[in-house]
Amino acid sequence: MSHRLSGNEAVAYALKQINPDVMGAFPITPSTEIPEQFANYVANGEVNTEYVTVESEHSSMSVCIAAQAAGARSVSATSSCGLALMYELLYVAASCRLPITLACVNRALSGPININHDYSDSMGARDSGWIQIYAENNQEAYDNFIMAMPIGEHLSVRLPVMSCMDGFITSHAVENIELLETDAVRSFIGEYKPENYLLKKENPLAVGPYDISPYYMEHKVQEAEAMKAAKARILEVAAEFAKISGRSYGLFEEYRMEDAEFALVLMGSSAGTAKAAVDKLREDGVKAGLVKIRVFRPFPGEELVRALAGTRAVAVMDKSEGFSGSGGPLFAETRSALYDLKERPHMINIVFGLGGRDLKVEDVEKVFGRLANIAVTGEIGPLYTHMGQRSKEEIV
Amino acid sequence: MSTVYNLKREVEKPVRLTGGHRLCAGCGAGVIVSGVLRALDKEDRAVVVNATSCLEVSTFMYPYTAYMDSYIHSAFENSAATCSGVEAAYKALKRRGKVEGTVKFITFAGDGGTYDIGFQSLSGAMERGHDMVYVCYDNEAYMNTGIQRSSSTPLFARTTTTPVGSVGQGKKQNKKDLTEILVAHNIPYAAQTAPIGNFKDLHSKSYKAIYTEGPCFLNILSPCPRGWDYPMEKLAEISKLAVDTCVWPLYEVEEGVWRLSYTPKKKLPVEDFLRPQGRFRHMFQKGNEWMIEEAQKYVDQKWESLLERCGA
Repeated sequence: MSHRLSGNEAVAYALKQINPDVMGAFPITPSTEIPEQFANYVANGEVNTEYVTVESEHSSMSVCIAAQAAGARSVSATSSCGLALMYELLYVAASCRLPITLACVNRALSGPININHDYSDSMGARDSGWIQIYAENNQEAYDNFIMAMPIGEHLSVRLPVMSCMDGFITSHAVENIELLETDAVRSFIGEYKPENYLLKKENPLAVGPYDISPYYMEHKVQEAEAMKAAKARILEVAAEFAKISGRSYGLFEEYRMEDAEFALVLMGSSAGTAKAAVDKLREDGVKAGLVKIRVFRPFPGEELVRALAGTRAVAVMDKSEGFSGSGGPLFAETRSALYDLKERPHMINIVFGLGGRDLKVEDVEKVFGRLANIAVTGEIGPLYTHMGQRSKEEIV
Repeated sequence: MSTVYNLKREVEKPVRLTGGHRLCAGCGAGVIVSGVLRALDKEDRAVVVNATSCLEVSTFMYPYTAYMDSYIHSAFENSAATCSGVEAAYKALKRRGKVEGTVKFITFAGDGGTYDIGFQSLSGAMERGHDMVYVCYDNEAYMNTGIQRSSSTPLFARTTTTPVGSVGQGKKQNKKDLTEILVAHNIPYAAQTAPIGNFKDLHSKSYKAIYTEGPCFLNILSPCPRGWDYPMEKLAEISKLAVDTCVWPLYEVEEGVWRLSYTPKKKLPVEDFLRPQGRFRHMFQKGNEWMIEEAQKYVDQKWESLLERCGA
């Protein structure tokens, strides 16, 4: 089915097709349309989900945790400060091994308050034990959301999944999109059948213990192993999804990387802009390429090594400022992954687009220009810079 | 169930909170939880929810749980939302034919988790109207972290964050009246009780709260030997004094109708409640008579207004 939908509408439609047991709903820009649209499905009897309109995101995640533990498939949607308010519970959800699905419509985190896109919200939650999958466009937002449950609910994983899309750029822009038939979605996802749950009659269950030192570490190791195991499961689900949709997904997308000498690593909708720049440069004979990270947690480190091994210079472009003093989070992960390469490419970090500042094709071309220069001189210049800011002289 | 309360019959029911938990001797929480859960009909299942608290860390330390029913703890400030989530799952799964039988939902949280950090979550859950019972075991301070004041701590009480010194005289504010705030939510049932006598009051209020449809609230005074500084064998005595001095009146509000559950034959002076407790010791020092007078004045005023509301 071909349709025109915004990213939010696409995820709301996926939710309608899934018909989850419980939804925790609280408004925050730019994710508000998801619970709004879903409320219409509830009001029109198109779903029979228990729709819980809580008084905060803290409670929406609390409701999801409890409902999922009780044996119900639970979902929510949020952005920015809403995700920050959930922060404590994100860890609880993951450590209780509850495969909740959360639509995270990325937005800059206060302060100062800003409603536009960057990844400061979900990057702050990157160590919470949630699988994080990022969409480039509406189609991917829809597809990723449908793949989330078969990934998270699998016995080898049992972790919550954050399905992320770029606030406004993806959530509000209307694009052509291919939707699956509802029957196909339902049979792809299947019934939620946890082994143990609170409402199971035969066997009462206790969830959320006080976990002392002799046990805590083993539990954390199990959680870490589950995150590692998620990688294979993500690929398995993607392969199954390709069969019903014809659309293929990996841990990341390689765009014109076969013989690339200069590469960018970035995520989300900026990839669209970067692909246009790559095409333009390719026409000029520049061997430019792009790696678009789709799965940030678990981080596809080993796979990235293979993808970037033949390059001469790489720019990792972070759309969030991690305040580490030495670069953004995507840079830290990527650079660390490449450490074991015998012949490493030169690497720089460009922080860009904070609070929704625009990224243009020319900006990306400039980055490639700098990479070419680095390859010639062998001098990388400053390791980590901010692109498009006016407060000091710009490098790049 | 028979409408006539019979303690012997009640205690012969299978226990739902087993012995061997790690609560202190003389703590109110354990007897309160047992007392509330005892009101469940034998054939009904329950999901018990805890806020982070003394109760939680003492009754579910991995790998041992003291609960015979299903149980969930998630965090400190979200026990009401957590209970809402379990109840929402029950409704959804029931609708879809995936769960059988009657299941009841009962949350236990301390005063810190109720009056303070969990207040928003509680208010939200009550307003939404989930079919659940929220029980506050009110020991009037953050006991799990070592006796810090909460908005439930009474005037002049000594805690580790309201110490008594050359200038400080314990807590400067009166206790928040949470039960009244819950009544203002227009919930079907709200009540105050305490672990006294043969538990008739606690039992019948628990039964009403559990078997009244919709959100119900119980505020149960829960003396703490560590925080209140009394000998552990005096739990029942201290509770009784709180009731007989009218410091902690027993009443219930059912569908908006206020009813006094107990009127002391002789209303005892507030100092009878204060004297056995170390947290009020400084009030009995020479020159501090005004503090006892002020405490008495406050109790009298609250009691009078309660009598008026109950039409007594």
